[in-house]
Amino acid sequence: MKETKKYWKGLEQLKNSAEFQEKANKEFPEYLPIADGEEPSRRDFLKLMGFGIAAVSLAACETPVKKAIPYVKKPVAVDPTLPNYYASTYVSGSDYCSVVVKTREGRPIKLEGNKLSSFSGGGTSSQVEASVLSLYDQERLQNPTIDGKKATWEELDAAVTKELTAVNGRLTIVTNSISSPATQSSIDALVSKYGAKHVSYDQVSFSGLLSAYETAFGSRMLPLHDFSKAKTIVSFGADFLGAYPNHTGNNKQFASTRKLDSKKKDMSRLYAFESNLSLTGANADYRTPIKASQEGLYVANLYNAIAKKLGGASVNVAKVGDDAVLMKAANDLVKSRNNSIVVSGSNDVNVQLMVIAINNLLGAYGTTIDTNRAVNLRKGNDASFEQFVKGLNSGSVAGVIFYNCNPVYDHPLGGQIAAGLGKAKFALSTAGKTDETSSLVKYQAPDNHYLESWNDFEPVTGSYSLSQPAIKNIFDTRQAQASFLAWSGDNTPIYDYIRASWETNVFSKANELSFDAFWDKCLHDGVYEVEVPTTEVAANVDVSVAGASIAKTYKADNTGLELVLYENNSVGNGAQANNPWLQEMPDPITKATWDNYLTVSPKQAEEWGIKIGDMSTQKVNFTANGITEEIPVLPQPGQAYGTVGLAIGYGRTKGGKVADGIGINAYQFATVANGIVNFAVTSGVSAEPTGTDYKIAQTQTHHTYMGRETVIQETVLSKYQKDAQAGRSFPQIATSEGMKKPYAVSLWKGHEYPNHHWGMMIDLNSCTGCGSCTISCQTENNIPVVGKEEVLNRREMHWIRIDRYYSSDAEEGDLAGMEKAAANPEVTFQPMMCQQCNNAPCETVCPVAATTHSSEGLNQMTYNRCIGTRYCANNCPYKVRRFNWFKYHDNKQFATNTAMNNDLGKMVLNPDVTVRARGVMEKCTFCVQRIQSGKLEAKRDGRRPKDGEVTAACASSCPSEALVFGDMKDPNSRISQMLQIKQNEKSVEAREPRAYHVLEELRVMPNIWYLTKVRNKDVESKTEKAEA
Amino acid sequence: MIAESAIREPLVTGGKTVHDVTEDISGRVEQKPTKTWMLAMAVSLATLAVGGYAVMRLVWDGIGMWGLNKTVGWAWDITNFVWWVGIGHAGTLISAILLLFRQRWRMSINRAAEAMTIFAVICAAMFPVLHMGRPWLGFYWALPLPNTFGSLWVNFNSPLLWDVFAISTYFSVSLVFWYIGLIPDFATIRDRATNKISAAVYGALSFGWDGAAKTWSRYETVALILAGLATPLVLSVHTIVSFDFATSVIPGWHTTIFPPYFVAGAIFSGFAMVLTLLIITRRVYKLEDYITLQHIELMNIVIIITGSIVGIAYITEFFIAWYSGVEAEQYAFINRATGPYAWAYWSMMTCNVISPQLFWRKKIRTNIAATFVISIIVNIGMWFERFVIIVTSLHRDFLPSSWAMFYPKWADVGVYIFTFGLFFTLFFAFAKFFPVINMAEVKSIVKATGEKKQA
Repeated sequence: MKETKKYWKGLEQLKNSAEFQEKANKEFPEYLPIADGEEPSRRDFLKLMGFGIAAVSLAACETPVKKAIPYVKKPVAVDPTLPNYYASTYVSGSDYCSVVVKTREGRPIKLEGNKLSSFSGGGTSSQVEASVLSLYDQERLQNPTIDGKKATWEELDAAVTKELTAVNGRLTIVTNSISSPATQSSIDALVSKYGAKHVSYDQVSFSGLLSAYETAFGSRMLPLHDFSKAKTIVSFGADFLGAYPNHTGNNKQFASTRKLDSKKKDMSRLYAFESNLSLTGANADYRTPIKASQEGLYVANLYNAIAKKLGGASVNVAKVGDDAVLMKAANDLVKSRNNSIVVSGSNDVNVQLMVIAINNLLGAYGTTIDTNRAVNLRKGNDASFEQFVKGLNSGSVAGVIFYNCNPVYDHPLGGQIAAGLGKAKFALSTAGKTDETSSLVKYQAPDNHYLESWNDFEPVTGSYSLSQPAIKNIFDTRQAQASFLAWSGDNTPIYDYIRASWETNVFSKANELSFDAFWDKCLHDGVYEVEVPTTEVAANVDVSVAGASIAKTYKADNTGLELVLYENNSVGNGAQANNPWLQEMPDPITKATWDNYLTVSPKQAEEWGIKIGDMSTQKVNFTANGITEEIPVLPQPGQAYGTVGLAIGYGRTKGGKVADGIGINAYQFATVANGIVNFAVTSGVSAEPTGTDYKIAQTQTHHTYMGRETVIQETVLSKYQKDAQAGRSFPQIATSEGMKKPYAVSLWKGHEYPNHHWGMMIDLNSCTGCGSCTISCQTENNIPVVGKEEVLNRREMHWIRIDRYYSSDAEEGDLAGMEKAAANPEVTFQPMMCQQCNNAPCETVCPVAATTHSSEGLNQMTYNRCIGTRYCANNCPYKVRRFNWFKYHDNKQFATNTAMNNDLGKMVLNPDVTVRARGVMEKCTFCVQRIQSGKLEAKRDGRRPKDGEVTAACASSCPSEALVFGDMKDPNSRISQMLQIKQNEKSVEAREPRAYHVLEELRVMPNIWYLTKVRNKDVESKTEKAEA
Repeated sequence: MIAESAIREPLVTGGKTVHDVTEDISGRVEQKPTKTWMLAMAVSLATLAVGGYAVMRLVWDGIGMWGLNKTVGWAWDITNFVWWVGIGHAGTLISAILLLFRQRWRMSINRAAEAMTIFAVICAAMFPVLHMGRPWLGFYWALPLPNTFGSLWVNFNSPLLWDVFAISTYFSVSLVFWYIGLIPDFATIRDRATNKISAAVYGALSFGWDGAAKTWSRYETVALILAGLATPLVLSVHTIVSFDFATSVIPGWHTTIFPPYFVAGAIFSGFAMVLTLLIITRRVYKLEDYITLQHIELMNIVIIITGSIVGIAYITEFFIAWYSGVEAEQYAFINRATGPYAWAYWSMMTCNVISPQLFWRKKIRTNIAATFVISIIVNIGMWFERFVIIVTSLHRDFLPSSWAMFYPKWADVGVYIFTFGLFFTLFFAFAKFFPVINMAEVKSIVKATGEKKQA
């Protein structure tokens, strides 16, 4: 072997003498030359002194504390600054959504819809989007507790096992609907070991519907409704677009029937009969406000009308007053037979039976409604739950385990449960937070957040999905499934358990070879679907019995006040009430934040003498179900006169710092009778104005669009079919050479876009107004929450808002009248964000050039150059710019802005987006960080970005795909195709006849195009009125 | 030498001699402060302190201390700014334009009017700085300074930048003009000084004035040149301020009538403010012989003219809104007159258009009390004019979804009060330590017009 070259530092080393070796190992090769025995010299003193000082001062220098610890061994998939995506599943109570989790440096920071899920449809809802912040809620339980004191899991397990043995046979496990097979089997293990009972309930009960299907089809289920196949949809108070199991999927299906283009010139028609103006009602072509006490009659009358046409036994019920729209609905339903759906939100078995009978007549089963596939998201049984509450109070239930549910708060019998819990020998909650229920139990065994958990789901028969942890559990929590297994004596690790469950439940049905490969594929995709065998089961409904019951229960002329509780699209059922993003999200209909209130018809508010001002209102003493509370009133056009609405999800008392004290708990007003929870209270309701002033923070206080055709352009289907440009407005500018199109006149030279030209298309017809884009944007772009006070000051920060306009009955020109919404208005939703104008008025007025135009068509905002004159915001015709009036981060005054005011909350922030300082302007950037990363990715691969690779957060979250983002320079991109983009020298032109620019006459030339709203009405409402 | 008709009314009454002028004016500076002055100064300083707290909170906590919102991004701040700038127009107009037109009656009022101009511009300049989200950076980033940010430059397209130039130029020229005028009078006081401190201070302030014929000649040349320079500025400043609105796209702002209309409004409010202050000053300092009823009447005539111009402008705006056929613009004007801010609009109309018309009656325009009241009403009206233009235009612009109301908060009021405190502190300090009437110039009219009449 060849000797390697050696280098030596000096001759001493080369010689390597013994003396050298000895010295080499010493710190000082030679002792400091201090002469021994002699008097130390001055020089020696200085040498020692110098060394001493240097040594001491060096030692005193503390090593800087480095919080960023470099990886000793870098995990394979984690690269700093690069995001990772994991397919998983959102679950909250009974709600479900298949998602993809975006993580950065190991932190989940954003949720996207899983495009592979045919069930949830690839979109998200506001609650799904916001749930990532709930992960970083500082108020989550950080460890198991016994009697409120910190305990270890070993201690807890030992104590719980002992207690469980003691209550053997008298244990009840209370849950929301379980759609997870593994969770169900872990509960079953506990059930069989301790002879327990499993009781489930849903915050918004579907018990009546489930029982009706049990009667008619022999199986207690909510069958899968396919709205995408429906040509005529009739909804009786069922808000299937806003608050319904899997409303993200419903939105996608419904919107797919509303999209129009040159090839598809037909769309579905939606009828809604309801008391409160719901999101579904707002999207309806024909909406009729009815009282809850009339609902059964309307359903039965519809049945009679259809039965008359299609041949069926009619039922003997009272006629409803004005049934023109109902008869029209009946005609349409019959006309589009086999493509019709009727749904009802009623919890009355007989009404649901009648609905089944209608659907049966219309041939919906096997076409639009699939009874072979049950939606497992609603399984709660009101009767068995009521029994449990009775048992708890009588002592027959000695032990209770609450699995991630909070019935003390969110069940009308909550008060009785709270009282009964005192009598129980053993009570345990797995809730991840101390809530109204878990604060009353002895044992708290906190579950992981779903983003920290393994789980599997079968949301609908044959559709499976997996949940995988995107972060290790932040606190000392344990998955509830693991806890259940531990207490039932099974110590299988949860991952193995889920895997095994997947193997038995899914792999067995799938036709795949290797389980390992199958598992990896499922984990990657997040979802897996198997074929469901189709069996035809005929509906068996005795309409005469149902009819008789309806005739008895419902009245056409109830004069008393009625209450209809509803679930809104922001805070929802209240499980995530401690999430400030949801609290500040404007309700899609009322545009109110941080509150619940009685929605009353404007006529009613006037009768009560409620003084309504600019966001100010008054309270009433409201009584229902024997309970009186002082509640503010919000006049709501479209609310059926004689009814009031109240949103559930508010009035938390132990929900956390954000949730507590906001609004009134509406669950307490729901009645429980004959084993059914009723959200519609039709008797014993009264309201007494108290004159107490109150302010409701709304983000929009002007509700009509004042007939401004350059803002909203709409038409009806029949006109659209004749002329694709129907409803369009073409402003013209007078010049010396005659009238010209606005874009023919300009002071500006225009911009050249050599590479990309980003744009967006917003289909007003597909947008249902759900608002998931608002929260998606908030998450993506680190948008602060400002709190109720600041929303009252009109300073909310959302970059994308949804303008909700009501129609008005006033004549054109009657400006004061046009400010008032019609009693039962048509509703238009218009998502509004920075329009990325090519001739941007904001850009010219900034004195320091902080907002400028990019070479890709973006209107850019440079935060660190902004001095905050707000001139740009004033000069923005769309009023989409948002100013940082205060410092919203690290500021105790904005403690509700939890994402920026505590260390844990800050983990949710997107590191690619600056947290803005006080005094600077901000606005929608078209998610420039996503554009950049998409371009970089493409550049790394040496190609151009592919269409769909880059999309804005709002567009990606949109469940109805109303927002389409893309490169208008790319002729093959979806946006270019849909808008039929034509490239001019320095601008683009959309040739799609429905495409328009909001405020075209200003010649600001936005890069956002809107497609006209087309209602499927026979004639426009104006003509309708004139005829009437 | 100026020839003056013998039958013309004397500009200075009471048979004042040149010596009387020196005594009357210098005396105010030399005497001990009166109790009234002490009280006035104390009130001004207290106001300044209270307002200063509002300013402190504004800068410390943020612009959110004001009542502004996502729709109305400017309200009291820019209203006050334009109002103060408007007030700051009279002084230079009186000294420069009236000098060029040889209007000698201006001589006894120009000093105070110019001082008022300078203080008003200082107050006005507070707002562009204070209204910024980040004034600690904005105050110099808004200037075209060479910087280390690379090629980053200010945006010359922005009317706000034009404002920076317009206001700073106007302020500098007005200040120089005013100061040059003060030099001979400072020298008079220096020469009369009995104690060392005032001799030294006024000595320094008078820049070594020696009263030589050559010095006088240079002095008059400089005054004329500065007057020439200042004259276009009087017109340009408010023209440029009006561009802040006129060049925007907001209905109610986007109007080409703004430059002349703003200039007329500025002169209107400036004269009203001069009247308010002079009526007090002449009373307190017993200067009735210098600031005569004739001055007041002439100024009231200017007020009628400019008030009428403003009134016509208001009507023209309405006509043009109708004639333009632009929906949003038509609505903006209907909304002004009938919307939620109609009270502000009609306050403006009453104060600015109706009240000055009273001056057509000689009895009223020569009545000091009536003049005083109307001068204040005009300034209230002019404040509302800016409020109407800024707030009512913004609060309901294009998209009805964003329509909103503006409610002032205590800090809006506080910062406005701060500028009052600042203005009056400066004005009272001026009234005590500086000669309030241009002695040197007034002496020239004492001779020219006083002589014959006395005989």
